[in-house]
Amino acid sequence: MTTTAPQIGKQRKKGRGVFGNTGLYIAVGVAALLFLIPFYLIVRNSLSTDLEITGENWKVLPSFQWGNISELFDDPTVDFGRSMINSLVVAVLTTFGTLLVCSLAGYGLARIPYKHANKVFYAVLATLMVPTAVTFVPSFVLVSSLGWVDTYRGLIIPGLFSGFTCFLFRQYFLGFPKELEEAARVDGLGYWGAYWRIVVPNSLNFFAAIATITFISAWNSFLWPLVIGQDPSSWTVQIALSSFMTNQTVNFHLIFMATAISILPLIFVFLFLQRWLVQGIAQTGIKG
Amino acid sequence: MSTTTARGVAQPAPAKASPARPRRGLRGNATVNFWLFTGPFLIGLAIFVFVPIVWSIWLSFFDARYTVTPSHFIGFDNYKQILTNSEFPGSLVTFTVFAAFIVPTTWALSLGLALLVNRLRFMRAFFRSVFFLPTAVSYVAAALIWKMSIFSGVRFGLANTVIGWFGADTIAWMSNPTPPWYWLVIVTLRLWIQSGFYMILFLAALQNIPTELYEAAAIDGAKKGWQTFRYITLPQLRATSTAVILLLLIAAYQAFDEFFNIIGQKATWAQTPLMVLYKSALGTSQDYGAGSAGAVILSLLICLVTLIQGKFMGFGRGDESK
Repeated sequence: MTTTAPQIGKQRKKGRGVFGNTGLYIAVGVAALLFLIPFYLIVRNSLSTDLEITGENWKVLPSFQWGNISELFDDPTVDFGRSMINSLVVAVLTTFGTLLVCSLAGYGLARIPYKHANKVFYAVLATLMVPTAVTFVPSFVLVSSLGWVDTYRGLIIPGLFSGFTCFLFRQYFLGFPKELEEAARVDGLGYWGAYWRIVVPNSLNFFAAIATITFISAWNSFLWPLVIGQDPSSWTVQIALSSFMTNQTVNFHLIFMATAISILPLIFVFLFLQRWLVQGIAQTGIKG
Repeated sequence: MSTTTARGVAQPAPAKASPARPRRGLRGNATVNFWLFTGPFLIGLAIFVFVPIVWSIWLSFFDARYTVTPSHFIGFDNYKQILTNSEFPGSLVTFTVFAAFIVPTTWALSLGLALLVNRLRFMRAFFRSVFFLPTAVSYVAAALIWKMSIFSGVRFGLANTVIGWFGADTIAWMSNPTPPWYWLVIVTLRLWIQSGFYMILFLAALQNIPTELYEAAAIDGAKKGWQTFRYITLPQLRATSTAVILLLLIAAYQAFDEFFNIIGQKATWAQTPLMVLYKSALGTSQDYGAGSAGAVILSLLICLVTLIQGKFMGFGRGDESK
């Protein structure tokens, strides 16, 4: 991105004056405002009383009811704190598990000269043809016959073996400089040692990108937790939100406070890891 | 995890002197190491991906109501049932309508945003972040905002407030299939969430277009704006556009979260394929046979799309290398 910056500057100097730029910034500004409206609504509604939300006249600013936070966590109808913890456990373990399992396999497929490696790779590629979302019925049948309904195991383990993530790691390791590993080999390290001591420490950017993407999709996933989480104690935060929507009693301020809190961790992830995320998507998204 | 390895490397001389030979043989053995690295993944893949697929093909030929170990073979009856009696064919129509709305609009919006952001000199990272931020929001959370605040059917909803300023009556956006306002709700939601993601893809592609092309076009007298966009930018983005369109199609095909939360499974309209599968296998009827038959049909359709995708991506690559 930095390399293209001067070129873009050059392009712009010709032909576009102050007005062109003003128009451009107005267009972008309006679009940005539209994109921010839903965030504004979350903040406004989560810090209002129900009367303010449903009132006749639109109130631009809320009355900042910070007490809504404790009211939400004390609400006996839905155990929101529990669902946040469940989501955190599931998202963190899914991220670490996926990185570990898929990166090892990707490295093996990319770098270890086993004569049937290509056949194995094609078997992995074949699974990409059938998205996991479509196979949720048979997966549920399997997981329930293992007795994993309503457990962390059932929520986490079936999602670890992502053919796509493995594929991304393989493509990445194919481009990893061979010289570094050869140097490690000369120093007496085997494949395993070279992987952990040379390859992984030099690939942290890529691992961070995949970790961010995996964490976000695990946190936001809905269909699989809906299928597996039959009992409220195993609900993730997305299921809890969904149940708020179908409840008989509608407490607007609590529902929106729950939404705000459920989004907050990801906003932090975004703010701190956006660089890796953007890189990762630019590098890999296109291959999806 | 790697503590032993680490210690071994830190002081290699005394520990490894005598057994160096046999250990090196095992450590350097490609076959052993290949299975060591790929084994855990492949075992998991076999259990949680291959077994369910095979099991579901098997189930789809049996009468599997309330059971996953059926014994009554019924041939293609499940397929007949799900293709004729149930909502399944209607869900394929729903998907087609949805895709016809969402694919072109997302393509145009994300490309437009990428073109705008790419021309910015100041605050470029800021605006990119603003458009990208909705990617962090789950479909469930967005469905909640759309359903209960923006498109709430009563007067205090934002959309009804805004049209109220112009003197229009309140509209029940979601609870009424005629006129089908619910498409506006569903489509704007997905546009908001996914456009930033595809904008990033287009931005990356835009930055790969060589500037010489624009310079050459300027020398040849091409006007800035529409002409350079039409004859340089758009053709250069062809591979990315093709990929984006197919990604969008596959994503639309698997739509579930926002339909489930906004439309609901009790409505008679706008039921997506996955919602129908969910209802037939996990709803009150617990018909795993019919559900599996539907899953098999959907998988075959997706395979078809993926194969076409591979073909198109191949074409795209050929164009790029020219």
